[in-house]
Amino acid sequence: MSACRSRSERAGRAALIGFSILVFAFLVLPILAIIPLSLNPTTFLVFPESDFSLRWYRTLAESPQWTRAFGNSLKIAVATTLIATPLGTLAAIGLAHMRSPAKTAIVALITAPLVVPVVVVAIAFYFLFAPLGLVNGSLGLIVAHTALAVPFVVIVVHAALGGLDTELLRAAASLGAPPLVILLRILVPLIAPGVAAGAVFAFMTSFDETTVALFIAGPEQRTLPIQMFEGVREQISPAIAAAATLLIVASTLLLGAAELLRRRGDRRHRGSAPPDVGA
Amino acid sequence: MPGSRARPPGVRRWWSFALVAPLLLFLLASFVAPVLMMLSRAVIDRDLERVWPDSAAALRQWDGAGLPPDALAATVSREIGAAARAGTLNQVANRLNYDMVGSRSLLYATARQLAAGRPGSTVSELARIDPRWGQRGIWAAMRHADGPFTRHYLLAALDRRLSADDRIVPVPAEQAVFANIYLRTFKISAIVALLCVALGYPVACLLASLPERKANPLLILVLLPFWTSALVRTAAWAVLLQTDGVVNKALQTIGLIDAPLQLIYNRLGVYIVMTHVLLPFFVLPLYGVMKGIPPTAMRAASSLGAPPVRAFLTVYLPQTLPGVAAGAIIVFTLALGYYVTPALVGGGADQMISASIAFYTNQSLNWGMAAALSLLLLLPLMLMVFAGRTMVRTVPA
Repeated sequence: MSACRSRSERAGRAALIGFSILVFAFLVLPILAIIPLSLNPTTFLVFPESDFSLRWYRTLAESPQWTRAFGNSLKIAVATTLIATPLGTLAAIGLAHMRSPAKTAIVALITAPLVVPVVVVAIAFYFLFAPLGLVNGSLGLIVAHTALAVPFVVIVVHAALGGLDTELLRAAASLGAPPLVILLRILVPLIAPGVAAGAVFAFMTSFDETTVALFIAGPEQRTLPIQMFEGVREQISPAIAAAATLLIVASTLLLGAAELLRRRGDRRHRGSAPPDVGA
Repeated sequence: MPGSRARPPGVRRWWSFALVAPLLLFLLASFVAPVLMMLSRAVIDRDLERVWPDSAAALRQWDGAGLPPDALAATVSREIGAAARAGTLNQVANRLNYDMVGSRSLLYATARQLAAGRPGSTVSELARIDPRWGQRGIWAAMRHADGPFTRHYLLAALDRRLSADDRIVPVPAEQAVFANIYLRTFKISAIVALLCVALGYPVACLLASLPERKANPLLILVLLPFWTSALVRTAAWAVLLQTDGVVNKALQTIGLIDAPLQLIYNRLGVYIVMTHVLLPFFVLPLYGVMKGIPPTAMRAASSLGAPPVRAFLTVYLPQTLPGVAAGAIIVFTLALGYYVTPALVGGGADQMISASIAFYTNQSLNWGMAAALSLLLLLPLMLMVFAGRTMVRTVPA
């Protein structure tokens, strides 16, 4: 087939590859460029010339604002994950077995938080909580983040269930296992990688969420994204580059792991070849 | 019952609803209800009714022609005094000021005069306190605010208002800002979506044409920005695009420019950063669609002698169009509601409608206005999402 490729086809292919390399560079370089900037010992945002320094990371670690913001983000994201994961997993299992015309409407409702602009969600919570005096509390933020995070759990777990071998459930039922036992002992372990991936997505959704936090968090609940937003808005220092680097590393590790879990879950149940065979 | 064997046993029909129910209840209480309650503020108007219940009832009785009857004037005058003593006049004054500038000072001045013992129980007595009571404007403004529903906020979000004789008229040119901001929001979103199509289509094409072994490592280059939060990427760009930032330094070093360019805090910065933030949302679904297109059709076209460009245009491109449309709609709808990125890398003239919503929420505290602007942002967005879903459903399986 490659033998009969015309010259123009090869030129077109080369142009496609060349253009794609530029787009890949546009996608990745800005993220990677921030890492050396954060290692620079001066107060300027330049690439370090000779020596690298962890000065700006020390600044972050010693700053009470940044450490408290980190603690707040962690607390809220963990709470969000703990609520969103079981809620979303149960709903995904229910949806996978639902044969009702109401299913379309239910799916639309569950995915609505992904479609409605976050600023609309943010002011809806602000209007709800401000008269109740609940603005400036973590509870509101956890509830809002759970609503925003739960669609990801449902989508990921639902996909994992799609690859599930239902014969296993049938076998358990024919051997007399009650529904709850089937759910907890057979179904949940089988889809565990998908659930774990969903939990990571939920965690990161909350950990990275900026807009709702800007509206309803008070000084006591300042989260990492708020700290970062105001840092960029007021005075960009290399400390911002250091914080960005830490967040890039954290989200890459966590979401990369989630992606692997998700794929492993998919592959195992579909029975397709493991990735290294035939490579 | 043999039919029931088709369903996985154990998870019976009511079970599937029981499993979904906790999430549905949670979302109804924590998402649907707050959003609907917020949006209802766009049409609900009880500020005046709450403070002046008798006046609101009397205003609804009034036919709105000419000047009001003296009985209505007496009720209003009594409740101005009562509200001033109770410290709630502020709420009515703010509401009437949205409709007629100057209402606020008029109410407070009148309250002071009434407290000092000036008579005000007829229209003409009130007009002796301030001549504006003898004109239709303030009375029409009160009638527009008599509750429980109003068109005021939605009209204002469209740069329109109700005139004193209840016609819909354009607001004065210097107050007509929202049409502009909506147009700008749509324009920025459309240009970002087009940029994503232009940059993303070739990349998705290349990825889909490669064997998975080669495509997967390249896919990480799309996933890495997808995984990194929009705020972090915006912050990274804000660092890089500064006047003395890395991009300007590099362009100067290689001699492309002599003086630093203004790359940020303007429209260019918004386009660069929003395209970067949203490009993975276009590439990933399109890649999925392209993977599903069998290569045999293209092969058949070329073996029948079609030149590559023609084979691409007539065979491949039409099959990818639903994916392109779906991806572009995803990018466009996400861009419509963006708040953080324009706030950080745009200038004052690049702010989108979300910035106005934020302004009316926590600075001007005009929640009716914030709700009306949100409603007018949500309506076109819902239409787009609906169109997108319909389009995705027509993708050949």
